[in-house]
Amino acid sequence: MEIVEAKPGDTILLLGNEAITRGAIEAGVDFATTYPGTPSSEIADTFSAVAKYLRKEEKEVPFFFEYATNEKVALEIAAAASFSGLRALTCMKHVGLNVASDAFMTYMYVGCKGGHIIVTADDPYCHSSQNEQDNRYYALFGNAPMLEPSTPQEAKDMTIEGFKISEKLGLPILLRTTTRVSHIRGPVRIGKCRKTKGKGFFEKDPMLVTVPATARAKHPVLLKKMEKARELSEKSAFNKIVDNEGEIGIVASGISVSHSLEAIEILGLKADILKLGFTNPLPRKMCEQFLRDHENIVVVEELEPIVENQLKEIAFDAGIDVNIYGKTSGHFSKLYEYTPDIVVEQLAKILNIKNPIPEAKPSSLPIPSRPPVLCPGCPHRATYYAAKKAAPKGTIYPTDIGCYTLGKSPPLEMADVLLCMGSNAGIAGGLSKATDQKIISFMGDSTFFHAALPAIVDAVHHNHDCVMTVLDNRTTAMTGHQPHPGNAIDGMGKPAKALLVEDVVKGLGVEHVEVVDPKNLEETTKAFKRALEYKGPSVVVSKSPCILLELRDKQKRGEKINTYQIDQDACKRCNICISQFGCPAFYFAEDKSVHINEELCTGCGVCTQVCPFDAIKKKREVSL
Amino acid sequence: MKEKLNIILTGVGGQGVITAATLLGKAAVSAKINVIVSEVHGMAQRGGVVDCTVRMGKVHSPLLTKGSADVIISSEPVEALRQLEKTNKKTIVITDIKPVIPSTVAITGESYPKVEDITRELKNRCNLITIDALSLAEKAGNKVVKNVVLLGALSALNILPFSHDVLLKSILANIPEKYVSINKRAFELGRDAVIEQRKT
Repeated sequence: MEIVEAKPGDTILLLGNEAITRGAIEAGVDFATTYPGTPSSEIADTFSAVAKYLRKEEKEVPFFFEYATNEKVALEIAAAASFSGLRALTCMKHVGLNVASDAFMTYMYVGCKGGHIIVTADDPYCHSSQNEQDNRYYALFGNAPMLEPSTPQEAKDMTIEGFKISEKLGLPILLRTTTRVSHIRGPVRIGKCRKTKGKGFFEKDPMLVTVPATARAKHPVLLKKMEKARELSEKSAFNKIVDNEGEIGIVASGISVSHSLEAIEILGLKADILKLGFTNPLPRKMCEQFLRDHENIVVVEELEPIVENQLKEIAFDAGIDVNIYGKTSGHFSKLYEYTPDIVVEQLAKILNIKNPIPEAKPSSLPIPSRPPVLCPGCPHRATYYAAKKAAPKGTIYPTDIGCYTLGKSPPLEMADVLLCMGSNAGIAGGLSKATDQKIISFMGDSTFFHAALPAIVDAVHHNHDCVMTVLDNRTTAMTGHQPHPGNAIDGMGKPAKALLVEDVVKGLGVEHVEVVDPKNLEETTKAFKRALEYKGPSVVVSKSPCILLELRDKQKRGEKINTYQIDQDACKRCNICISQFGCPAFYFAEDKSVHINEELCTGCGVCTQVCPFDAIKKKREVSL
Repeated sequence: MKEKLNIILTGVGGQGVITAATLLGKAAVSAKINVIVSEVHGMAQRGGVVDCTVRMGKVHSPLLTKGSADVIISSEPVEALRQLEKTNKKTIVITDIKPVIPSTVAITGESYPKVEDITRELKNRCNLITIDALSLAEKAGNKVVKNVVLLGALSALNILPFSHDVLLKSILANIPEKYVSINKRAFELGRDAVIEQRKT
């Protein structure tokens, strides 16, 4: 394993996220916790892979790692390690910090002992998220020092330095990435690993108990720490001015630095760059000087005008007469991801020079869309098909965060409303009181443990009349198959207590619980009908492993799969297999006959139960 | 080499595009060439479009501006077409000719262009090399090594800032030992196919 075996001085190719993990290991991190979420997942997955690798090699794993039930739990567990004097890292996607925010906001008052880095991976453009919130606001909101890398090398360097900053200030710090930093690979120089402590010691301190009197005493302490943080920011090597004796000054952080450098070259511009890496608190003096030295400033930052507004405040307070171009000037958008094209175009507009990038000529042929879909053989498709068969017209389908959100697409169209992790159950309960419509909601097993339990308790207590479905595929599939509390193995590869979803819901007081195998469509449809007839909250646990995991296991065991084909003589071209079931392995030939792409067929055989004419037959056994 | 080399690798989730981009990046690092690889994760893997950029040399941003691709390696014909705005007259496009029809075509009635129309469009706009990479992968021993066939094809363009040997070595160093011979064969089949085409 290269990330473990590489020697100090070696240069290896690392993903931004892997570089963060390597940085933490070099810094002697004792504790790492997470709840998986794109684009942050590989940080934790690398900890998991390193732990499993070392265990296999019968070497000591120098850190404790866990996939926690949710981000709030992850943050609390790691905070406990920090209180005990250990170094800790907690990573999550941007919306994960919403879940952890209750702990986060007061944690800043309490402060930490061992260095603690909280990684928030933001997702401009919502590549794989339900919103594109700018988590830099959390740094301002909670008074958290923040670092923002722009390359994998910086991601590693800032992680190492971040622990020192955190310990110097006694404050947890935010390391904020975006998709385009987390998911780029670049050369990273490997350094030495500091020894970990292993076990810490919790020293009792009344100031750790945030009763109102403590909180009132701690708030000014936090503000003092942030003043000290500003001094560190002024001196930090992560904030620097690249002086090209330019007439224009560009201010950027994160990936916008890379886009800006590229843009300057393309335009052949002489521009100075204020490159910000320690972005909260901003280095006020450095910013002030940069504003004084330029008549025109361009701020390049994705999403919200956070640096821009602070620069305006600095200019106002210092009485500096300077033009600041950015979002309020109408040049840069608050929406989506930036690209070098966008930066070149807007710089050219501001400077009134020609944009040298040619207009793109689109293809003269129409290009079919290729959205992500539920995989061939995905058990969720079978559950959706059966639920739809059982449900009366007008049934509402609240959904949740996971692969099954893809059930929104035709032909299933089994997703009607979604807010966030766990929201299916709360919305189902609310709809049952607000309307007279039938409700079947859907959530994954990992989502169930993450955030659905309180809403199910609520449904039981208030007798909400709704069906809540747990699509139990034994894994956190969408983010890369991480284990969750329903699995018998943890993130370090050690045995763990597996909680059964049906036991948990029975324990919560749900009286009508159905456990089904969705690959049996008839039985699953019957179970949904019974659940719909039941007056009160009911839960259907639809159990079938993720097809990707199942195929991987079959391949390991050397098993074969039985693929299917259409008996063209028996097929009456009702097209239900495509127009209602919608497995991507099915396609129309030019003569409109239906066929199964053998390369895609996983041999699940559910389609044979969908076909009313028994036209889908076994084809042959194939190796994986 | 040129000051910068801009490569796009594209295809459909599951075709090994990200692996190919990573292997190319590792080869660059082993040759001490600066490199940035950008990739797509998460939802795109569920049968969606996957595109990666690999930039080498004096580069900053991981993303390409319009018309700036030097090479596009596509594991699927329509996916090469989807990258047209990144091409210019000199761009070399290597694409597999076997379509993977998106499920939207059957379900929503969108149309998938004829392969000969796709190749005509690509030929009009850039320098096209077509390759039956899937068949070559099967010939090498397994369709999953199609991505390595395409890397072999790329190596035949003599545009990389390191020799094809460096690339092959890097590929073989990063895969399990039992797959070495099949990957080696896949690489050579892809490379020979392009050398042969460029002769004629």
